[in-house]
Amino acid sequence: MADRIKQFFVQIGDLSYFAAHFFREAFKRPFEFKELLRQCYQMGNRSLVLVGVTGFIIGLVLTLQSRPTLIQFGAVSWMPNMVGISIVREIGPVITALICAGRIASGIGAELGSMRVTEQIDAMEVSGTNPFKYLVVTRMLATTLMLPLLVVFGDLVALYGSALVENLKGDVSFQLYFNTVFDALEFGDLVPATIKSFFFGFTIGLVGCFKGYYSDKGTAGVGYAANTAVVVSSLLLFVVDFIAVFVSDIFYEL
Amino acid sequence: MEAQQMALENNTNGTAGKGSRKAVIKIKDAYKSFGDNHVLNGFNMVLYEGENLVVMGKSGSGKSVMIKCLVGLMQPDRGYVEVMGREISTLDQKTLDELRSDIGFLFQGSALYDSMTVRENLEFPMRRHQKKLGDFSDTTSLVMEALENVGLAHAIDLMPSELSGGMKRRVALARTLILKPKIILYDEPTSGLDPITAKEIIELMRSIQKKYGTSSLIITHDVDCARVISERMILLVDGINYAEGSYNELSQSTDPKVEAFFKK
Repeated sequence: MADRIKQFFVQIGDLSYFAAHFFREAFKRPFEFKELLRQCYQMGNRSLVLVGVTGFIIGLVLTLQSRPTLIQFGAVSWMPNMVGISIVREIGPVITALICAGRIASGIGAELGSMRVTEQIDAMEVSGTNPFKYLVVTRMLATTLMLPLLVVFGDLVALYGSALVENLKGDVSFQLYFNTVFDALEFGDLVPATIKSFFFGFTIGLVGCFKGYYSDKGTAGVGYAANTAVVVSSLLLFVVDFIAVFVSDIFYEL
Repeated sequence: MEAQQMALENNTNGTAGKGSRKAVIKIKDAYKSFGDNHVLNGFNMVLYEGENLVVMGKSGSGKSVMIKCLVGLMQPDRGYVEVMGREISTLDQKTLDELRSDIGFLFQGSALYDSMTVRENLEFPMRRHQKKLGDFSDTTSLVMEALENVGLAHAIDLMPSELSGGMKRRVALARTLILKPKIILYDEPTSGLDPITAKEIIELMRSIQKKYGTSSLIITHDVDCARVISERMILLVDGINYAEGSYNELSQSTDPKVEAFFKK
């Protein structure tokens, strides 16, 4: 038991050191803009469909499930407000981040893990390119920058799904629905949600890169890296979310 | 065996009978352990300019660790590693990268970048060594020259996944050559290849050495490869250079540990 606790703290220490290494390298020349753009495309554009479909279904289901209860209390006109606030504040960022943890963190973990196993990272270093900068910094920056955009996209699609249900079941026009949603949303809903999305993206990139970059030798190590990248990043997302809500509450009195 | 050991001692001091040839790599009393596994136990080696030196040893005997210490991918726990007159452990990152441009490294599994085409794989090492290459804008001719050297000019736009094992090894060799290195380190160049392809790779290595006059350090456990390519051989046993000499000298040795390498 003592060994496992020790191992846990060693991992936390290593992860923190890895994050510090990222900040040291991120602001040093040369900058790998081309690779950063490629990674942004890979992580952003290629996640759009997944995030879109998930967001649409979440918006649809949330509205369908809440509708009977709200009708019972005569509060169905509050549907856009309730769905809008819950999606923008919490459900949108968390669901999108979890989807991306599954898709992106595992992908990074497996890719870097297999590069480590097949000595591609060593080959990069021998050729005079800093592999940490080229592989890790670009991927972590890409996830940090792309996740907020994916969250905004996911939120909009989820709201569209919700509006569709209201339009079909409650004869609420799309214009009225979105007007009500945007009236209900305040600065204090948007800013913390956007800021925490950056942290979600950073967490996904950090864990995926850490697990892949230090993957043990062998194909089993690649699988393990991909698997633990998803598990650890998903868990950390909830920790980050808790901290973000706690801090937001201080500033915005949610 | 005493005579062989004496030859080793002389060689590591750089005073051995290699005529006026300059030592380009020197390893002296290198130790490296991974936990309780002592991989190198005072290993010594000298590679002379223009020489083909083969280091043979069993799997897991520390050959790859030793070769990685030469390019700074690993650091020995103790000992002295010098490449082209510079002690590796004392170099800062920038100087080490400059030195690495003079060292080609052929990895055991080719280590081609999966996400890049053959052309991009070859262009990749050029990114950080523009000074050495001069006109960086004309990369295509350099890439083509390197690919022609290995007979794969037609594969320039293919992805590594579209290449056979032998072709991958050739492309890796072309990537090694792209910066026109003075020393080439081969880590198991024929492992995992069929005998015919292995022979082709060995021929390629010989022709490259002839054309560019590079010094080559070849890590292998392939006796045929050693026979064809070596001018001198070192047997790495239990982390030390157990025996040294030409292929003929070692293959006729009566020492059981040396004999074991040459038994068919």
